[in-house]
Amino acid sequence: MNILVCVKQVPDTTEIKINPETNTLIREGVPSIVNTFDAFALEMAARIKDTQDAKIVVMSMGPDQAKKALKECLAVGADKAYLVSDRAFSGSDTLATGYILSEAMKAVEAQEGPFDIIFCGKQAIDGDTAQTGPQLAEHLDYPQITCISDITVEDAKIRATRETEYGKEIWESSMPVLVTVTKPPYEPRYPTIKTKMAANKAEIPVLTIAEVKADPEKSGLKGSPTRVKKTYVPVLNKNGIIIKEEMAADSAKKLAGLLSDAGLV
Amino acid sequence: MDFKQDEMHQDLIDMYRDFAQNEVKPLAAEIDENERFPDETVVKMAEMGLLGIPFPEEYGGTSMDNLSYAQCVEELSRVCATTGVIVSAHTSLCAWPIYAFGTEEQKQKYLVPLASGAKLGAFGLTEPNAGTDSGMQKTTAVLDGDSYILNGSKLFITNAGPAETYVVFAMTDKEKGTRGISAFIVEKGMPGFSIGKQEHKMGIRASATAELVFEDCKIPKENLLGEENKGFKIAMMTLDGGRIGIAAQALGIAQGAIDETVPYVNTRVQFNQRVSQFQNTQFELADMQTNVDAARLLIYRAACAKDAGEPYSHLAAMAKLFASEVSSDVTRRCVQLFGGYGYTREYPIERMMRDAKITEIYEGTSEVQKMVISAWMGVK
Amino acid sequence: MDGYKNIWVWIETSSDGAARSVGLELLTPGRKMADTIGHSLIAVIIGSGADAAVKSAMAYGADQVILLDDECFAHYNTEIFTDALQELVEKYKPDTVLFGATANGRDLAPRIASRVHTGLTADCTELSIDAETGNVQWTRPAFGGNLMAVIECPNTRPQMGSVRPGVFKKGLRDDSRTVEVINETVKPPAESRAKIVEFIADAAENMVNLEEAEIIVSGGRGLGKPENFELVKALADALGGVVGSSRAAVDEGWIPHAHQVGQTGKTVGPKVYVACGISGAIQHLAGMSESDTIIAINKDPDASIFGVADYAIVGDLLEVLPALTAEVKRLKADKA
Repeated sequence: MNILVCVKQVPDTTEIKINPETNTLIREGVPSIVNTFDAFALEMAARIKDTQDAKIVVMSMGPDQAKKALKECLAVGADKAYLVSDRAFSGSDTLATGYILSEAMKAVEAQEGPFDIIFCGKQAIDGDTAQTGPQLAEHLDYPQITCISDITVEDAKIRATRETEYGKEIWESSMPVLVTVTKPPYEPRYPTIKTKMAANKAEIPVLTIAEVKADPEKSGLKGSPTRVKKTYVPVLNKNGIIIKEEMAADSAKKLAGLLSDAGLV
Repeated sequence: MDFKQDEMHQDLIDMYRDFAQNEVKPLAAEIDENERFPDETVVKMAEMGLLGIPFPEEYGGTSMDNLSYAQCVEELSRVCATTGVIVSAHTSLCAWPIYAFGTEEQKQKYLVPLASGAKLGAFGLTEPNAGTDSGMQKTTAVLDGDSYILNGSKLFITNAGPAETYVVFAMTDKEKGTRGISAFIVEKGMPGFSIGKQEHKMGIRASATAELVFEDCKIPKENLLGEENKGFKIAMMTLDGGRIGIAAQALGIAQGAIDETVPYVNTRVQFNQRVSQFQNTQFELADMQTNVDAARLLIYRAACAKDAGEPYSHLAAMAKLFASEVSSDVTRRCVQLFGGYGYTREYPIERMMRDAKITEIYEGTSEVQKMVISAWMGVK
Repeated sequence: MDGYKNIWVWIETSSDGAARSVGLELLTPGRKMADTIGHSLIAVIIGSGADAAVKSAMAYGADQVILLDDECFAHYNTEIFTDALQELVEKYKPDTVLFGATANGRDLAPRIASRVHTGLTADCTELSIDAETGNVQWTRPAFGGNLMAVIECPNTRPQMGSVRPGVFKKGLRDDSRTVEVINETVKPPAESRAKIVEFIADAAENMVNLEEAEIIVSGGRGLGKPENFELVKALADALGGVVGSSRAAVDEGWIPHAHQVGQTGKTVGPKVYVACGISGAIQHLAGMSESDTIIAINKDPDASIFGVADYAIVGDLLEVLPALTAEVKRLKADKA
């Protein structure tokens, strides 16, 4: 079993603060982490490896600093890591990213052999698009199962539990297949001091556009049909009605009255 | 002089912190309340390699160093002082003397399972009448053929009960005082060795603290650690290292108290303003954090000196003296900033204040540290 | 870009052929954009026995319905739906396609966008169209809701985007409307590699459809202990709503993840959202700030939840909640 896990290094969005003076994001000092859902995906893959012979390769597209995220993955189950990094890739939207990753995967497969299952997190917590996984699958012309919370491998096929608004679905697919992972009913494992130290010393090959053999026209800004026109920090100030009576019961009564007047009760 | 943490140590601090926050912190109040030893945490720490940090891989350890070990105890104690002392007593007081003074056979037999975390360790020196004055040992060991026969008891032994391996001190020559003490490795289950009464304590209530009882306890001759009658030196050198662990525990408790207090004062409103807006609060916290950072630097200096193979006894004594007094002071002042809520068990701050006090007492009281430091200074 | 015309809304159907709510909601901004640039608003329905969905699409304002009705579309399938939609897109060349950001919408939209090499913007909270350029202004949150981004797809068509349920409101239903229905067929699907083999009815505690709830009462860390969720539940029952929670409460193990509202939970847009003891981390706000009316109860007057609240009670939950529940019950009894 040969498994690829695609991971993204993201700023920990729970640590992002707003500068109230300029109303802009404070990005300095925000720790970078392995995207939460990618960590779930890696754990799901590692659990396959716990029970059968399997190799796990992790791949990330990003700047050189993303090696740190890949090292974190090497400490919790990944056997090999590749960084896909080139200035020509910057500014890629999800369509271009899906394309670059599909080409990069072929370059990695030349080293590591063909992959049976490709794991991605359901979405990245910075962009939250949930598009890159399916778009990678489309570029590869692979089947996909999105938003899964469990997987089992049976002979030549996989069985996965997909989470939807209306309940769970069990899907089956042949391999190779791409899956995107939501929160499973378990947490990612902890590294050990030994795996952490080994990961810290690991060499991570960097694949540039030349090695990936990606078409520059389909990469980066050039290959991205969407453009960010502007960004702004939302102002959260509705100036609602504040109720603060001496007695809680009076506050409750007042609110209930207001809600009733507004036709909400 | 370089005050920047290297990447490897920082990576490991992040790992210790992550584990402490997610696995240790949620249990801290409950195990304190119920005086319950956290067996499940010990198992998890063993898996991660936290029970053999400064020992070579060939002996089951991780080949990291004393600095990283101190940082581990610090991060654990930041959320749960009990968990911190379990690691500290195990590593510094049991595994370390076997590593430093044991024969190759003893290391293979005892250090490997200790450092890999398969077994927990403890250290037995203190007796009812031999606390700080540890030369007044009453426990005896008499050579009888291929065995030593131990008689006597040890008091206030950390990890007693859950531990399976004990480094124990006894008089082999009563005439010679401290020069008649020897060290032994005793296994749980050896005939004549039992665990006596459990102590009920003010703080670190979930850590096991009990009496060791030896009644004609027969142990193999090869379990003598180091040479006969050289045990006192082993005990003193062991405690030198242990002080780094306890200092790190004290540091963790103090930093943990500040961690809890800052968000509290930032939200608690009195007299129509946040408690944090009073200058007294700001000055108190600034003062406390400065002291905590000073303690941290002293501890890291002592750990680095030990890792470099330099004399560190006085450095460890200074670190422990300062850190433990800062810890008691900071936790007390943090309770004050919390006010009435801080005195209740709804918040962890009262627990931290109770936990801090012991760091001024065990593994050498503050007064002992001052004796060590002044002796090193040449004060006669 | 020439030759691309009309605004499409993909109306997702359930297995009984009815329209999922979000598709009908999207007819509202679709209508507005179509009018701005003088295009038609077209509902695209792919399902089996989807008469009810067709009727709803008409009633909520579609100018035309393109219908693919076949047994093979009874359950959602990535490959079959992507192939079918590709055929329709290539035949009709729509200018814009809107998807509801449901599990299936988020599965299908990126696949089809990639297939036809065009831009897709996920989880929009605001939509408008530039009358001059014809570019949709897709506004969406990023960085856990800390930042809003306006995105365009200037050089390719169709331009595509998805919108979370509850962000837009359905218009008024007008059952007298009837419009043209084009019954389409596509080439029969090949055997798909990945498919559904089983549906699992959820355990009762997980059966919580926050996305379509009209009233949600959520509890957070401020409740102090799991037992206090009973107070939240009591108010939800009194109001006829469902129970939600913040991530903090889920992390504490007080309530299952299925109840979580926010970035790593569910995005909701009820008529009334009551936040009890929730401080209002931006990740939580990202999941509920589109609610029509937000009520926040918190003892901390500086809690950021108050920034989005229409009604704010500063006070102790343990006192306020029972009093509020009693008061709501009394009012309801009076009205009955």
